[in-house]
Amino acid sequence: MKRTIFRNQLLPWLLLAPQLAITFVFFLWPAAQAVRQSFLRQDAFGISTQFVGLSNFKALWNSPEYLNSLQVTAVFAVMVTVLSMGFSLLLAVAVDRTIRSSSLYTTLLVWPYAVAPAVAGILWWFIFNPTIGIMPYVLDVVGYDWNHISSKTDALVLVVIASAWKQISYNFLFFVAGLQSIPASLREAAAIDGAGPVKRFFDITLPLLSPTTFFLLVVNIVYAMFDTFAVIDATTEGGPAQATNILVYKVYFDGFVGQNMGSSAAQSVVLMGIVIALTVIQFRYVEKKVAY
Amino acid sequence: MIENRPGLNLLAHLTLMLGVAIVALPVWVAFVASTHTATDFMSGTIPIWPGPHLVENYARMLDAGVSTSGTPPVGTMMLNSLIMALLIACGKIAISITSAFAIVYFRFPLRNLAFWCIFITLMLPVEVRIVPTFQVVADLGLLNSYAGLSIPLIASATATFLFRQVFLTIPDELTEAARIDGAGPMKFFRDILLPLSRTNIAALFVILFIYGWNQYLWPLLITTSSDYYTVVAGIKRMADAVDGLPQWHLVMATAMLAMLPPVAVVIGMQRLFVKGLVETEK
Repeated sequence: MKRTIFRNQLLPWLLLAPQLAITFVFFLWPAAQAVRQSFLRQDAFGISTQFVGLSNFKALWNSPEYLNSLQVTAVFAVMVTVLSMGFSLLLAVAVDRTIRSSSLYTTLLVWPYAVAPAVAGILWWFIFNPTIGIMPYVLDVVGYDWNHISSKTDALVLVVIASAWKQISYNFLFFVAGLQSIPASLREAAAIDGAGPVKRFFDITLPLLSPTTFFLLVVNIVYAMFDTFAVIDATTEGGPAQATNILVYKVYFDGFVGQNMGSSAAQSVVLMGIVIALTVIQFRYVEKKVAY
Repeated sequence: MIENRPGLNLLAHLTLMLGVAIVALPVWVAFVASTHTATDFMSGTIPIWPGPHLVENYARMLDAGVSTSGTPPVGTMMLNSLIMALLIACGKIAISITSAFAIVYFRFPLRNLAFWCIFITLMLPVEVRIVPTFQVVADLGLLNSYAGLSIPLIASATATFLFRQVFLTIPDELTEAARIDGAGPMKFFRDILLPLSRTNIAALFVILFIYGWNQYLWPLLITTSSDYYTVVAGIKRMADAVDGLPQWHLVMATAMLAMLPPVAVVIGMQRLFVKGLVETEK
């Protein structure tokens, strides 16, 4: 809180005007529309609309496709988060041991952050291309017949790898920063007491890293749920047989391709609820450090 | 390092080299593919070493593109991406820094309400309100325009919070001194706040440029005229276009071109990039 302030009354509103105008026109108004539409049903030609209460939400709850999408999203988010964070933590711990070459490795590991999710999707789609890709060729040698166009598992694995790859650099940077903030004296003390590197990692490093881990957990879940739209759209488009149809993709598909406005709006409202919950968790608990 | 264990050090280096290789693999494959011709893929698998057609493929994509896919030359799409990324980055910084100034340095009625309005944008990512937002932009006649590509993405709670944090750490004595010397609020803003937040602006710019360049869903929806296609959204159209059989060498050349500018920014301005990344997440 500032003690010294300026007294103008009109000026602050002028300064805020552009941000507030954009927020209102492109954020609050559309969000309100989504909430309104979620209680309405349009006929097939969009001529008449009627108030239907919660029936759009009930329809979602009874729709096997939507429940499937919920499940796919959960599995997808967990897999992306675990894979990306696990791999990044391994690399961060390794970089923490190297002294002279750590900045070189960091440079070589941070750039995927800049690759657009859509491009990341296309790159992995190409590598795993069943007819000309490298990975199916390699997998064929070990006896696995890869085909993400017909196999549900393969398709899910593909989008998980592409999404996790893109997030590695982000997690890596935060883990390295977290590791560097752990006082060396603690590990030295443990080493003097005879704890080996593995024991030190699990008993000292990992617990003291928990604020970073928790923060990254929330960020990665948000990323996997919302920012991976482009990965899905550029590769599997939700298929085969709904195997990669995550919630954000379904909102888009039902709204724009299926033209089912009521259902799409209800899905939007559910997603908003999820984002709000995640944001609250992030702001309430991440600040309070999960350290022991 | 606590103790000298050559074995562990070796293991660390091996892990890192393997990690770097895995991370670089897709880009290497794309690069190799982009230097061959379509016939080189017919053998069943793609080659693992670069071929001789690098200049030819890239030159073709930059100024001609693939006519059958309905996408304009990649050069045009990259220019569109550049314009969009710059508009988004500059626009976000401009409106956030003035908002933060208003919130920190003035007391006025409804100040908290304004703050909450900005905060709430954090909870409404474009993906969850996509249909009604599209409707608004269509009603305003902003489809197929640079304004439509950038303005709806400009509001930013994170940038506003960042500048608020920066301003809160600037000592009150500076404000007092400026006021005693007779400086009005805008003069104080221009001559003291802006210069003091220069590195924060630069760091934020790096992050926001990448954010803007990598936009996908929004440009895909609101551009129907190929004059406004951006490169990231254009790749998908290109990979889709030719029935079932994309011209992979050209698609990969486009992918390489699409990632070149943001990757160059990250590597060239690594220090600012890391600063921006860490600060915007506070």
